[in-house]
Amino acid sequence: MNAISKEPERHEIEALLPWHAAGTLSRRDADRVEQALAGDRELARRYDLVREELAETIHLNETLGAPSARAMEKLFAAIDAEEARAPRRQRQFDLGSRVSEFLSKLTPRTLAWSATAAAAAILLQAAVIAAVMVKEPATPAGPGLASASTEGSFAVVRFAPQATANDITNFLGAYKATLVEGPLNMGGQLYRIRLSETKLPKDEVGKIVRQMQSESKVVGFIAVRE
Amino acid sequence: MQSTSDEVLIGRIANGDRLAMQVLYARYHVRVFRFVVRLVRDDAVAEDLISEVFLDVWRQAGRFEGRSTVSTWMLAIARFKALSALRRRLDGELDEETASAIEDPADDPGTALEKKDKSTMIRKCLLGLSAEHREIIDLVYYHEKSVGEVAEIVGIPENTVKTRMFYARKRLAELLKAAGIERGWP
Repeated sequence: MNAISKEPERHEIEALLPWHAAGTLSRRDADRVEQALAGDRELARRYDLVREELAETIHLNETLGAPSARAMEKLFAAIDAEEARAPRRQRQFDLGSRVSEFLSKLTPRTLAWSATAAAAAILLQAAVIAAVMVKEPATPAGPGLASASTEGSFAVVRFAPQATANDITNFLGAYKATLVEGPLNMGGQLYRIRLSETKLPKDEVGKIVRQMQSESKVVGFIAVRE
Repeated sequence: MQSTSDEVLIGRIANGDRLAMQVLYARYHVRVFRFVVRLVRDDAVAEDLISEVFLDVWRQAGRFEGRSTVSTWMLAIARFKALSALRRRLDGELDEETASAIEDPADDPGTALEKKDKSTMIRKCLLGLSAEHREIIDLVYYHEKSVGEVAEIVGIPENTVKTRMFYARKRLAELLKAAGIERGWP
């Protein structure tokens, strides 16, 4: 008889059978179980029982259905309510502390070099962002858009993925803004919107954009467009 | 095309990305719901609970350290929520519910037919297990969790996970035997 001679070892192997059937054992344990199964007919028979249970458990769970759309609506309503109360801080703050931690471990000479490199990287990033933001669009205004004149104050906006056409219309109406161009040829579904027919002072434009930014249900990204 | 990893999604959620939250929800809401509904045995309660589970994910994403997989982390949250909901129910109500879940095959007009259908009987007996046993069976067989992951979700040592699984299977065998299906184990 090829059965595992040591009973405690057999118990140990048998205890692993459910995980072996589910494929969640480590390679080493899976090999041990495979070897034991190959030489022990009774263990192999018990393994068949495990596989039977596994199949029926999956079958049973698959008949349980799925939650209705109500669960998702409730979740995102709760998220919106939380964000309206206290918009979350971005993780960049954590990144900042990690960078500080990293810098604190460097020698003064390395630190000086690293700080220069970091400053250069920040400038480069700002330049890239600025280049993206001021790049003239190649795509002409689509039908239904307001005339893309250069008069007035503007912003570029990416609408939130969950925003409906209705949300966007209401949003633009509430701020007396008009969609003048887009999507712009700079990737990311950006649109140019006119905030005012006349050129507003910079700080006033900034204030409007900040207000718009807080409308996270509709706005994914927004920036002043000079 | 490779989909965004769960860990990347959690990072985005930590930064307030609602779209990442929608993706994660779409990826896991059915599994989390099924795990919860098997514990609480009430679809409406389970629906409320999964909203709470994902809201916790939204709130705590910034604190996720990646020590476990995202699905293991979510199931642990789901389990905590489900057990809290169960504790709010009256014990008597629970006992009655558990008892009613195990139908006596002898009293069932369809028994003769069902006895022939071993699969149906196994599923019926799986429904008759206690919450503790249902939970471990589901985590191992349906949610494909390793011994270590189950230990983390349930909050018990790995050896206890193996022992509990053994007793859950043993209880299942007893229920099957009582229903007229002798499997020769244990």
